[in-house]
Amino acid sequence: MEFYRAHVLVCGGSPCVTLGCKAVREEIERLVKEKRLEREICIIETGCLGACEEGPIVVVYPDGTVYSKVNIDAAREIVNEHLVRGRPVKRLQYKGKLTSVSRTENKSKDYFQTQKRVVLENVGLINPNNIDDYILKDGYKILEETLDHLSPEEVVNTIKRSGLRGRGGAGFPTGTKLGVTARTTADQKYIVCNADEGEPGTYKDRIIMEGDPHKILEGMALCGYAVGATKGYVYIRGEYYQSIATIRTAIEQARELGLLGTNLFDSGFDFDVEIKEGAGSYVCGEETALIQSMEGKRGEATQKPPYPSTSGLWGKPTVVINVETVANIVPILKHGVDWYKSLGTPSSSGTKIFTLSGNVNNRGLIEVPMGIPLREIIYGIGGGISGGRSFKMAQIGGTAGGCLSEAQLDTPLDYENLQTVGSSLGSGAILVVDDSHCIVDVACSMLNFFAHESCGQCTPCREGTSRLLQTFRKLSEFTATKEDLDLAIKLARVMQRTSLCASGQSPIMPLEGIMQNFASEIEAHLNQECPAGVCHKSAHKTLGKEAVING
Amino acid sequence: MNQMTNPAYQIDDNYLDQVEKIAKQHSGRAEDLVLVLHKVQALKNYLPRTALNVVAKGLNVSESHVYGVATYYSMLSTKPRGRHIIRICESAPCHVQKARELIDAMLEHLDIEIGGTTKDGRFTVETTSCLGLCAVAPVVMIDDKVYGNLDRDTLFEVLTKYN
Repeated sequence: MEFYRAHVLVCGGSPCVTLGCKAVREEIERLVKEKRLEREICIIETGCLGACEEGPIVVVYPDGTVYSKVNIDAAREIVNEHLVRGRPVKRLQYKGKLTSVSRTENKSKDYFQTQKRVVLENVGLINPNNIDDYILKDGYKILEETLDHLSPEEVVNTIKRSGLRGRGGAGFPTGTKLGVTARTTADQKYIVCNADEGEPGTYKDRIIMEGDPHKILEGMALCGYAVGATKGYVYIRGEYYQSIATIRTAIEQARELGLLGTNLFDSGFDFDVEIKEGAGSYVCGEETALIQSMEGKRGEATQKPPYPSTSGLWGKPTVVINVETVANIVPILKHGVDWYKSLGTPSSSGTKIFTLSGNVNNRGLIEVPMGIPLREIIYGIGGGISGGRSFKMAQIGGTAGGCLSEAQLDTPLDYENLQTVGSSLGSGAILVVDDSHCIVDVACSMLNFFAHESCGQCTPCREGTSRLLQTFRKLSEFTATKEDLDLAIKLARVMQRTSLCASGQSPIMPLEGIMQNFASEIEAHLNQECPAGVCHKSAHKTLGKEAVING
Repeated sequence: MNQMTNPAYQIDDNYLDQVEKIAKQHSGRAEDLVLVLHKVQALKNYLPRTALNVVAKGLNVSESHVYGVATYYSMLSTKPRGRHIIRICESAPCHVQKARELIDAMLEHLDIEIGGTTKDGRFTVETTSCLGLCAVAPVVMIDDKVYGNLDRDTLFEVLTKYN
């Protein structure tokens, strides 16, 4: 094994890719080679380091100096000053609190108290395209130990006792789900990892897949062992090109080493994984629609019951499990139930990844114990509202989540507490909106999303989403009446009760919060006034054809 | 260029042979339909009706089923498209980072509407659901590449890279 005096980690996460991290890495590699330092300095492309907005991110170890917004010139300076002369470039250093990097200096106390990396422990520290990195971090060791020492029932019971709940949105207890499939007798069962991440503001699954893919594969194999499934699929949305490539490489490397395939660790247990690519459909994130899509059909939801746990893919018992949820399996089995329950709150154990977007200073992703107050995330880790503006609204859990006002900022983020304020943890997206935005305009954007994504199967959703958008567009053009609004809310309630999947059931979630928490602003629009000065009489004239209401 | 005279949209026997070859690799595997359509679309950036018929025969499913699937998913298109697909996100996280202004400026710059193709056949602009890059919003995806933290100038510069 080679020993290097320094390691340079260049973030290769998708957000950094959009900002040109590849060219930065190539320049550092070129310079290091030119200076004949390649035996002293190791350059690694890693998964996401968390501080996405400030990318491309480069970290130099052993000192753990984090550089942000690194362009080609900055890359040259880092090589010449830091790597050659040993003088960190202060001017280029990252000042936010988002990254996972453990620094030998400058350990700010509040940072360590808030962030807790469990699912993301390896993300940003290992090369996701090299299985050896994962194995060095005890990768696949838990799978080996489990196959040797635990019975499938013991695995199910461990997950049950850990209190792990689904991280995709619905929050269903994972142990219970595994238990149902384990108890069902069938000649074939399946594990399907749901990586059809499409909830606006959510990118946690992407970051896990692109940063630590083997943790997902190992977690799936463990689920397979627990329920008696020998076949797994990762259903990745078609737009996630980089995630598909990373998972594909990971599967190939795991197969080569016999960590996927037949007779794993001489235990007699077989498990293999394949990728299924989506082709662009929000609704496919719903488990029954996802299964339809995997069978080569239109991704439309089906009636439940039967639930996939007993009758899923090809009518066989299927565990459909979200990426973040499955990435919790290895840590739980590794560190034990007591440790896991010590994180978070009594009813919501473990950590949660939140993705911060909108008008905050530090946009990016964080992993924190459940139950942390929203205020701490926005003003602590998130660095407060950007551009010197003030807070207006936060939407938790994606576009299908509730809209919270200033008065609700102290709500602890866990399953129960969010329910009491009419929201849900959902996928863990946190969208922060500042006071320069108009709530009606933001509502139009949300409703446009629902109208665009309705698959058209259920009439209440197909027609309803368009009507809701129409009403709020009218409101933003000052032509809506109180009766229009009342009817819209009534309609959203009907949709909640009569749509097959969450897509049609959800518009009421943001709308209720908006109507309650921002009543005076809505009222003002009925009186031809937009307090934020965003709406006007022809607000929607510039929209393209796509956005015009159906019919 | 008129779309019907553009060689990229011409359907010939050679093209249909290629489609048939792809379909044959998945013969009888109806569950591979979405994958097959991805592969076929890669040939011409869209799915002509004749190609759908070949796929239906190859996979032994009905033409209506293939058409239903091809028109269901937003990444698949049964209409001719430009050489490059620009996918724009206007979900709330992009919206509050002024995505609307950026999109309007781009549409004006390219002189097209959403869903349309530029006169030179270079770009087709489509909307997409959230691309999961909200930390660097507003974002635009061109073919399989994504660009973040965009403003008018940086986006227009990116567009010049595509021919």
